[in-house]
Amino acid sequence: MSTTSVDLHAHGHEAEHAHDPHHQHHFTTMEQQFDTSKIGMWLFLVTEVLLFGGLFVGFGMMQARYPREFVEAHTHLVRWQGALNTVVLLISSYTMVLAVNAAKKGIKSKQVLFLALTIVCACIFLVVKYFEYSHKFEEGWLPAKYYSYKGDSLPACMEKSAGPEAAAAAPTTPPAPCTNGYATFFSFYFMMTGLHGIHILVGIIILTWVLIRANRGEFSSSYYTPVDLVGLYWHLVDMIWIYLFPLYYLIQ
Amino acid sequence: MEWLRRLMMPAQGSEFAKEIDNMYMGLFWLSVVLFLMIAIPTVYFAWRYRYRPGRVTPHNTHNTTLEITWTVLPLLLCVAIFFWGLKGWMEYAVAPGEAMEVQITAKKWLWQFEYPDGSRTINDLHVPINKPVKFIMTSEDVIHDFFVPDMRVKHDIIPGRYTEVWFNPTVHGQHVITCAEYCGKGHSDMHAVLTVDNDAEFAKFLETGGTEWEDYFNGKDPKKTPADWGKVQYETKGCNSCHTIDGSKSKGPTWKGIYGHMVELNNGTSVLVDDDYLRESMLYPNAKVVKGFEPIMPTFQGLLKENQIKGLQAFIKSLQ
Amino acid sequence: MDQAIKTTPRIGDRPRPRKNYLNETRGFKSWAFTLDHKRIGIMYLIGVLFSFLLGGIFALLVRLTLLSPTHKIFGQVLLTAEQYNRVFTLHGAIMVFLFIIPAIPASLGNFVLPLMLGAKDVAFPRLNLFSFYLWLTGALMALTAMVFGAVDTGWTFYTPYSTTTDGPVTLMTAAVFVLGFSSIFTGLNFIATVHKLRAPGMGWFDLPLFIWGIYSTAVIQVLATPVLGITLVLLMLERSFGIGIFDPRIGGDPVLFQHFFWFYSHPAVYIMILPGMAIISELIPTFSQKTIFGYRAIAYSSVSLALVSFIVWGHHMFVAGQSQLATVVFSALTFLVAIPSGVKVFNWLGTMYQGNIKLDTPMLYAMSFLVLFAIGGLTGIFLGTLATDVHLTDTYFVVAHFHYVMMGSTVTAFIGGLHYWWPKMTGRMYSEKWGRVGCLLWNVGFNMTFLTQFFLGSKGMPRRYYNYLDQFQPLHAFSTVGSWIIGLGLFITAAYLLASLRKPADAPDNPWNGTTLEWQTSSPPITHNFEEQPVLEREPYDYRPVVAAR
Ligand code: HEA
Ligand code: HEA
Ligand code: HEC
Ligand code: CUA
Ligand SMILES: [Cu+2]
Repeated sequence: MSTTSVDLHAHGHEAEHAHDPHHQHHFTTMEQQFDTSKIGMWLFLVTEVLLFGGLFVGFGMMQARYPREFVEAHTHLVRWQGALNTVVLLISSYTMVLAVNAAKKGIKSKQVLFLALTIVCACIFLVVKYFEYSHKFEEGWLPAKYYSYKGDSLPACMEKSAGPEAAAAAPTTPPAPCTNGYATFFSFYFMMTGLHGIHILVGIIILTWVLIRANRGEFSSSYYTPVDLVGLYWHLVDMIWIYLFPLYYLIQ
Repeated sequence: MEWLRRLMMPAQGSEFAKEIDNMYMGLFWLSVVLFLMIAIPTVYFAWRYRYRPGRVTPHNTHNTTLEITWTVLPLLLCVAIFFWGLKGWMEYAVAPGEAMEVQITAKKWLWQFEYPDGSRTINDLHVPINKPVKFIMTSEDVIHDFFVPDMRVKHDIIPGRYTEVWFNPTVHGQHVITCAEYCGKGHSDMHAVLTVDNDAEFAKFLETGGTEWEDYFNGKDPKKTPADWGKVQYETKGCNSCHTIDGSKSKGPTWKGIYGHMVELNNGTSVLVDDDYLRESMLYPNAKVVKGFEPIMPTFQGLLKENQIKGLQAFIKSLQ
Repeated sequence: MDQAIKTTPRIGDRPRPRKNYLNETRGFKSWAFTLDHKRIGIMYLIGVLFSFLLGGIFALLVRLTLLSPTHKIFGQVLLTAEQYNRVFTLHGAIMVFLFIIPAIPASLGNFVLPLMLGAKDVAFPRLNLFSFYLWLTGALMALTAMVFGAVDTGWTFYTPYSTTTDGPVTLMTAAVFVLGFSSIFTGLNFIATVHKLRAPGMGWFDLPLFIWGIYSTAVIQVLATPVLGITLVLLMLERSFGIGIFDPRIGGDPVLFQHFFWFYSHPAVYIMILPGMAIISELIPTFSQKTIFGYRAIAYSSVSLALVSFIVWGHHMFVAGQSQLATVVFSALTFLVAIPSGVKVFNWLGTMYQGNIKLDTPMLYAMSFLVLFAIGGLTGIFLGTLATDVHLTDTYFVVAHFHYVMMGSTVTAFIGGLHYWWPKMTGRMYSEKWGRVGCLLWNVGFNMTFLTQFFLGSKGMPRRYYNYLDQFQPLHAFSTVGSWIIGLGLFITAAYLLASLRKPADAPDNPWNGTTLEWQTSSPPITHNFEEQPVLEREPYDYRPVVAAR
């Protein structure tokens, strides 16, 4: 493998790009740097999808195990609250797009406005979630062993779980099917919406940070990577909700 | 090459084991050939083309024919091996319908076997020779695995679920049963003995109802008295569906406090409840029917072994 | 193009620059906060070798305990059953999560990958450093868990055992979770680097095969590891809150855990082997001084191994109670992985054919790889075949299989690669004579230890057994003696490698007459890797004399 030398390091690179403070030394051009960051973000989003994917699969498996309980349990969720949150997130996605566009064009005031609106939407989402959660806490629709709601039509299996007496009995008949699917449903509900909520929270923090930088006027049409990347992240978080909503609130 | 097979595999306890061994040896020889196809060129090339300063090597970048050959040939070979393996496995996976059923309950760290007639044994499995046996297995705590090397079968035992495995033993004598799924401290001591009996031996084994009862009658363990053995029968033989032990009335009279007392019969006479009466009530329940009850109790003749009757007698005696 | 192409000299004879990445800056901080991929690679290297040593010590303890059925050494019981269970769990977990998964990509890969691409660094240097610190955090958490009593679940953490046993299981799983994210970030970084930071003129099929291997590995790291992450989170929640997914007593399904676990851990075994194969694809053409045979076939087989690895996980569960249909399908799919593996092996042999083969230490390791991987891979076929796996699963046959592929193949390749790039990394040549001695002991010891275990396994000795039947004693004893020989070989290896660091830098820039870009810079490289941006003009592994290239 022979080489000739294109001497970018010594001259070309500094002459051309020395002016941009965001330019990192190991990239030849700003464009390359931008594309690379974008690939990185996309890959990160892939891992996020898989992270949630695992939970979706787990939910599916457990739903197959407890079809009746899952359907019954889901009626405890308040549908209009979920729908409201869906709308709120869709709006926030739209304002996010507008913010990225504004950044691309380098219009500072619009950037700040739309980022702020996105943050407001995110906060509304969390407030609604707060009301949903506290209602469930009151009623005892809690995950797993904290589940204390008594009004379900099928008995829970936890009480008659294998004790010493059951141990002595010979296994002539299969164990009674365990019907604690309600608790399992709410385990998943809290895990998945909780993990999603954490993502919203993290999103708010990053958005705020980007907002501050935008307000300082750091972004221009030649450098707006952070806005673009947080935009991608935000769309993913919305998209996950778009899957969560029908899964939990609508399924019959 | 029998010695080689013996070197690598345990004794054969069934026809299935022979099949598995044939397959294992087939794969073994195939692997030896493929291995030599890799190892010999490696060493030979290293020697044949050893370094000579200044030698120029040919610029062979690829050869499509070769490339296709060593993709397609192994693929065909693999398809063949897969179907071979599938054939053996189908036999393992599907038990014949007429198989005798033995229930296995595994727990940390022992095996409990229960035979069709309800007899039970601990860590001691008896099966008749030349008859397929199917095992229906469950676990009380963690996952265990029923492994009989001589039969070449194993299967996991999962809590909250039933799994099955079967074999058809053809070799008389004792074989090892061992736990092959990690289950904690006693995992490596979780053994049982499989005894393949001839028909007479097995009949005799069933007559006494297994061997678990011996533990209750040898007085070694204060938690295992004959009365405890009776309690086990009370729970497993279905007596508890008609008799209570707390004095309340059910479909049948309670057992509490009857031993040593007189009981009125429906023909007006009375009889003392002693061991003989108890035995009679179990084997010929309609001979003497207690006053106020229908003669609905089924006979347990042939279903209760002598040791179980003894246990029940002791148990009823203990309920004062 | 009649005029001879000007080339930089193959054997480095350029004056050694005074400053290189090792001595340009000094002091603890200059390492702890470095963004230089080479320094991060070196730190990883030290970390993983230390883990290897620790895991190895546990392995020797395991073997020593199994020396006799009474477990007595000089009249003293070495380990009790509980201690034994902890020790083999730690051995497996350390070797897998702390050592072998990061071993090649994060240490050698980090060092070499940007150099091979002609880049100044990886795409995200800060993320690179962050992922190292994640690794360190995970390692420290695992060590803490060890101090607080250690776990006895086996490296597979099967439920419901793992949800009911005592010990700091939660901490240990949290450690593995953190290590998983370290692995994800490394993979993510490498993918972006390969896509965007190739030298001008370097197309996808001009990439050295090492890059293809590492790239395929990175794809698995990014796609599979998150699933492990979420599985471990579920396990921790199950342990602390009883969420009822894996625990049958509260309505869960323990087999579901196994599906989740192997969905990651089967691809993970290709996270282990692909980088090993990647190294071999460098060593064989270089030491044969001949162009690689079937470049594209090898490159494609790396990618297809990565993809196929996602659909075979059920072969770990043939007797674990998955549906019978799944069992059959998974067995059929398992055989697919044999094909690309075979393609690689045969192409390597094709490369050696008519070569000009120099038997330096790295090449000796490469040849050992071929032989040991053949054994490891072919015994994988025994396990993938349904009927035979029923007998062999969960016995020492499996233990032997995976040591042949993980240790006999991956670790062999790792040690070979370590020798190959040692001059580049340190600027020093090691003792060739001792290198050969080390390699010989490695081979002898390894085969003594693990070939024996195939016999143990097929004879019916289950794995994870503290007590065993007397009939197995001779084989166990032989295996234990073998492990001492491995230990001796590695000790010698460590000794002469360390000894080489004491002498003044003497390595030429290109000691092996390699063709990839890392040999074009000085040994050790300067901080920015290249004096001037290299531009690719010839394919890698082109060993034709320069005048003939027209
Ligand atoms: C580096 C890691 C690595 C690699 C590369 C492999 C490679 C393979 N493994 Fe292995 N495996 C493990 C690590 C690895 N494995 C581990 C860690 C476990 C146990 C985990 C535990 O339970 O703790 C395990 C367990 C394991 C099992 C489960 C056993 C059980 O528990 O019952 C199975 C079953 O199918 C299997 C199969 C295979 C196959 C078919 C390959 C194939 O990829 C091999 C392909 C290679 C070849 C076949 C050789 C070269 C090819 C040719 C020469 C072409 C011609 C060949 C033919 C025509 C056959 N492995
Ligand atoms: C990369 C993976 C890896 C490696 C390398 C090894 C290496 C070794 N393993 Fe492995 N082992 C596993 C992964 C690995 N193992 C796994 C995953 C399990 C399953 C665990 C479970 O069941 O949960 C297992 C289980 C396992 C068992 C089965 C235990 C049981 O089921 O009861 C045994 C028994 O013999 C064993 C032995 C050994 C031995 C003797 C070595 C030796 O070869 C080790 C030799 C190493 C040394 C002696 C260290 C010396 C190092 C240095 C001196 C530093 C080197 C420095 C330089 C080279 C510069 N191992
Ligand atoms: C279908 C219901 C039923 C079952 C099952 C049953 N019994 Fe009874 N049992 C009765 C009835 C009714 C009586 C009273 C009438 C009689 O004596 O036949 C009785 C009476 C008896 C008596 C006499 C009690 C007394 O007070 O004198 C004994 C002893 C006894 N049963 C033992 C057993 C044992 C041991 C078993 C189980 C192995 C068993 N029974 C199972 C219904 C049942
Ligand atoms: Cu039971 Cu291992
Ligand atoms: Cu696998």
